[in-house]
Amino acid sequence: MSALRDILSQGAQMSLVLGLAPLLTGFVRKVKARLLRRRGPPLLQPYRDLIRLMRKDVVLADNASWLFRVIPYLMFAGTWVAVSLVPTFGNGLLFSWTADLIAIIALLGSARFFQALAGMDVGTAFGGIGSSREVMIASLAEPAMLITVFSVAMIAGSTQLSYVAEFMGSDAVGLRVSLGMAFVALTIVALAENARIPVDNPATHLELTMVHEAMVLEYSGRHLALIDLSSQLKLLLYVSLIACVFLPWGTATADASVARLVSGALLYFGKLTVLGFLLAVFETSIAKMRVFRIPEFLGAALMLALLATLLRFVSGSL
Amino acid sequence: MIAVALWSVAVLLALAPAGIVLSRHPRGSIILYGGCLIATSALCITALSDLFDVPHLTQSATLPVGLPWLGAHFRLDALSAFFLVVVNLGGVAASLFALGYSRHEDSPGRVLPFYPAYLAAMNVVVLANDAFSFLVAWEFMSLTSWAMVVSHHREAENVRAGYVYLLMASFGTLTLLLAFGLLASGAGYDFDAIRASHPSAALTGMVVILVLLGAGSKAGLVPLHAWLPLAHPAAPSHVSGLMSGVMTKVAVYGFVRIVFDLLPEPVWWWSMVVLLVGGPTATLGVLYALMQRDIKRVLAYSTIENIGIIFTGLGLALAFKAEGLDWVAALAFTAAMLHVFNHALFKSLLFFGAGAVLGATGERDMEKLGGLIHRMPTTAVAVLVGCIAISALPPFNGFVSEWLTFQAILLSPQLSSWGLKLIIPAVGGLLALAAAFAAACFVKLYGISFLGRPRSDVAASAHETDRFSLTAMLMLAALCLLAGILPGLFIDALAPVSKNMVGNVMPHQVGLQWLTIVPIAESRSSYNGLLVFLFVALCGTAAASAIHRFASDRLRRTAAWDCGYPDPNPTIQYSASSFSQPIRRVFGSVVFAAREIGEMPPPSSPLPARFQVELRDLIWDGLYAPIAIVIGFATDRINILQFLSIRRYLTLVFVALIVLLLVVAV
Amino acid sequence: MSSLQFDIAHLLAGSLVLASFMMLYQDRLYALLNVYALHAGVLALSVAWQAYVQQAPHLYVTALIALVFKAIIIPVALHRIIRRLGIHREIENVIGVGLTMMAGIGLVALSMVVMLRVTPDADALAREDLAFALSVVLLGLLIMVTRRNAVSQVVGFMSLENGLVLAATGAKGMPLVVEISVAFSVLIAFIVIGIFLFRIRERFDSVDVQALDRFRGERR
Repeated sequence: MSALRDILSQGAQMSLVLGLAPLLTGFVRKVKARLLRRRGPPLLQPYRDLIRLMRKDVVLADNASWLFRVIPYLMFAGTWVAVSLVPTFGNGLLFSWTADLIAIIALLGSARFFQALAGMDVGTAFGGIGSSREVMIASLAEPAMLITVFSVAMIAGSTQLSYVAEFMGSDAVGLRVSLGMAFVALTIVALAENARIPVDNPATHLELTMVHEAMVLEYSGRHLALIDLSSQLKLLLYVSLIACVFLPWGTATADASVARLVSGALLYFGKLTVLGFLLAVFETSIAKMRVFRIPEFLGAALMLALLATLLRFVSGSL
Repeated sequence: MIAVALWSVAVLLALAPAGIVLSRHPRGSIILYGGCLIATSALCITALSDLFDVPHLTQSATLPVGLPWLGAHFRLDALSAFFLVVVNLGGVAASLFALGYSRHEDSPGRVLPFYPAYLAAMNVVVLANDAFSFLVAWEFMSLTSWAMVVSHHREAENVRAGYVYLLMASFGTLTLLLAFGLLASGAGYDFDAIRASHPSAALTGMVVILVLLGAGSKAGLVPLHAWLPLAHPAAPSHVSGLMSGVMTKVAVYGFVRIVFDLLPEPVWWWSMVVLLVGGPTATLGVLYALMQRDIKRVLAYSTIENIGIIFTGLGLALAFKAEGLDWVAALAFTAAMLHVFNHALFKSLLFFGAGAVLGATGERDMEKLGGLIHRMPTTAVAVLVGCIAISALPPFNGFVSEWLTFQAILLSPQLSSWGLKLIIPAVGGLLALAAAFAAACFVKLYGISFLGRPRSDVAASAHETDRFSLTAMLMLAALCLLAGILPGLFIDALAPVSKNMVGNVMPHQVGLQWLTIVPIAESRSSYNGLLVFLFVALCGTAAASAIHRFASDRLRRTAAWDCGYPDPNPTIQYSASSFSQPIRRVFGSVVFAAREIGEMPPPSSPLPARFQVELRDLIWDGLYAPIAIVIGFATDRINILQFLSIRRYLTLVFVALIVLLLVVAV
Repeated sequence: MSSLQFDIAHLLAGSLVLASFMMLYQDRLYALLNVYALHAGVLALSVAWQAYVQQAPHLYVTALIALVFKAIIIPVALHRIIRRLGIHREIENVIGVGLTMMAGIGLVALSMVVMLRVTPDADALAREDLAFALSVVLLGLLIMVTRRNAVSQVVGFMSLENGLVLAATGAKGMPLVVEISVAFSVLIAFIVIGIFLFRIRERFDSVDVQALDRFRGERR
């Protein structure tokens, strides 16, 4: 009975994130549009886009290799697995121990590795631009993320997300400067990783300013749908990650009653709404950076994370 | 089983002179590499069976060769057995690869005799149990590999590489000789006697520094790495694979054997030195790799990075051991050893891939390659696996060892020394940077040479390599995946090694549910490569089948879109240098003193516009060049001695004799 | 002291270090001034919290001084100076932002080690406060060293002084008289430097302090 329950709750998590990801993107777009006094697309527009793309033919470049066709599936699967391992409405789900936070980041790293390869497969100039800039951004964002994880893990005494979330929800944590710094660093990294303003513009189609869009320029049809879906999943992943580490209240444990799980889920929706709203406000109030300002921006995140770890080392030994 | 090991080494040694004869024979190389394949397989199987037969593991033997009063001592313990596996696994793969690859060799006589001797020398280093045999084998290993580095001696670059290599190898042996001299002063050359002796703290400190210099110069630690990216690519590809994948590991073995085994309990500052060298080595190595456009040179620089990761693990192990935290030391040490094994696998694989590309196109320069995934599909798959594994991405093996290293770093607040507390997070940051750069570097390597459109005619007309080479590469690729999804097996196999060296072991892994690995406790961290792999595979397949069934599975081929400006000219693609330009611009001005010089002629002028990038190796300029100048200056002064008369030479000899007698008398 | 009180004091002192880092990162004068105002505001909060925790009412005065002078009057005055000098453009750093930040991290590490080593007997809050204060002082010096623009050097100096105040309040308060005199001396220094700025500007048509080097004949 309990095994069935575990499998059900894990399955619920996987389908929940898959279902919610386009909605979150739609919500952020809607809020951004409203802030700019436009009406904006309906909330469900991302779902319609995905369905429309899935139904279309794939138009493939003549010299695209088999790798180019496999990569969307790999990216989607990798991101989906990664996001299913982040606690959303409940901690300690059946497979939560499969990968810890470092492994989740690395899994996203694998997805990005493939995406950058896809940009280079057809051999066009724009694909190369995208891949080259993407790895530059990643080469700073990934270490910043890892060091942020270090500082969080040192506070919580674990890299296992369920345990981290549980610890953060308990009274033992207190107010920590390192946590504040880790939060800022994580936010910067999340903006960079999800190709949001000020690092990249998710709505751009101006060739020379785009990074993410340039890499996936040659994709169409179902492949493009999968890639869009995986970037939506990635946004959801980072928002859930921030929610579960820095706003850990109300997350249920896996063996809690159904009512607790449902209330956990409701709270989770609330957190997503708040964070999505904040993201939209932030994006509308800031301008996109030049490409070579990004390293400084991400470097600041790296330094903050390092500082947080350092402070943690010190105050941990008082 | 040490007898089997020694006999196999003898077979290898006997194959060396046979190589001279066989090199004239049309099928000679097949016979020779076949012989090497059998001998190394025997060694590998022996060592493996020993590693799993813990109670009867340690065996010694003495042969009546070498120094008259000493003989040659050999010993097979857990550490030797593990490194025998690494060496001979590399040997098996390289020999198998060479069965096909050696057909491209135009002068086999320059490689064939040295190859088995080289393999034998590496095995003897690992088996030796006295300083004399260790050093002789070490030097023999250096010389045989040097001979193969200069096998294509008509290229001026290779001659220079050989020269620098020979110098650095002599330097390394010299420092090791001094280290053993210091150790042997109270005990003699036998390792057993050294283990039993109690050297003073000052002496052991000097030995650690000397060994770090000696083993580090062979392994390629920054700033002693200058020879490595010159020499490793110059050799034929199967030898490059052995040098990068295996010989650097033999150097790691030398370090571990002396510092962890022969010396008494470590002191905290040793670890500080090792960490301060290891962390920057990892980051700098891969940053250099990113700037290269020669495939084999990229791989050689990336070896430096991986050596940095290994030494970081060893430094952590030393730190924890010095503070009595055996169980964390075991974690860090196991991580380092696992990375030794993993790197041997994927670096050999990648060098073989580079060899296959070289054989098919005659090019090592990435700017002339491209689109090889269409022409060499199987090689492309194997190299892709190698690239993912070396970038430390799950579910392959490189990730596991880096993950374990990070877990050890996370335990460092438990240390009491302030210096270490502040250095270890910084080193963690450097490792994280290195991992991210490595991914960038291998996206570049694979994307430029295997994807895109061919940038030259040779790349457009390349053909798939032979079956032997493919078998060797696919075998290594399969092992990379296996070690990535079932890391518990490999961690458990390392238990006796870590028991011997740091006195504790990691928790037993096999038998945990779903073959998860849990380095400390489940509440701290766990990782399950198998499940990650299965989940990704399942989700991907499910998505594919669902979409193909319910949505659309139609596909049309047409010209590339490229925002409406497709250009058939392949030079429009991103090149290797332009790919790394953003990273060069961000980090290059500091690390390489990079300068970009653009010349734009006025609009009416018919001259072409030029763009030039200048990168300088600051370590070479700051360290090697001044030393070379000083040596040059000194030798110029001493040079007058070459032109003395007979009488003056005799006077010199006479004076020297008198001085010596005086020294003895006083 | 309860753990919550400790945590808030820790948080505020840490935020001061963070604000110093934000100042290091800024490369526009206006942004630098805004961050400086934030810096002073955080200082005021931190001092006020210490006043509450230590029940030392005179520290409230210190906090008020910090808030009024440093967070409001000086930034506003500097804003006006910048506008009148017409130098609201980018600061030229002597070395890049990345390197400066790394140096900053190193300085913080250094001050942590030094302070925690020499004060093993003091209570945890004072130790940590002192460590943070030293970091703020060193970072202020770093800002002064790495900037060429005289205005940003003034700001660096002011933030250095904030670090001193933090140290003084953390170590069980200092006499109000001392605090007031320090505040006034800073104010006077500020006025003097302000006057000098205009003089430099009139003479050399620039507030880049390298112009002074040239005048002294130290550089070509």
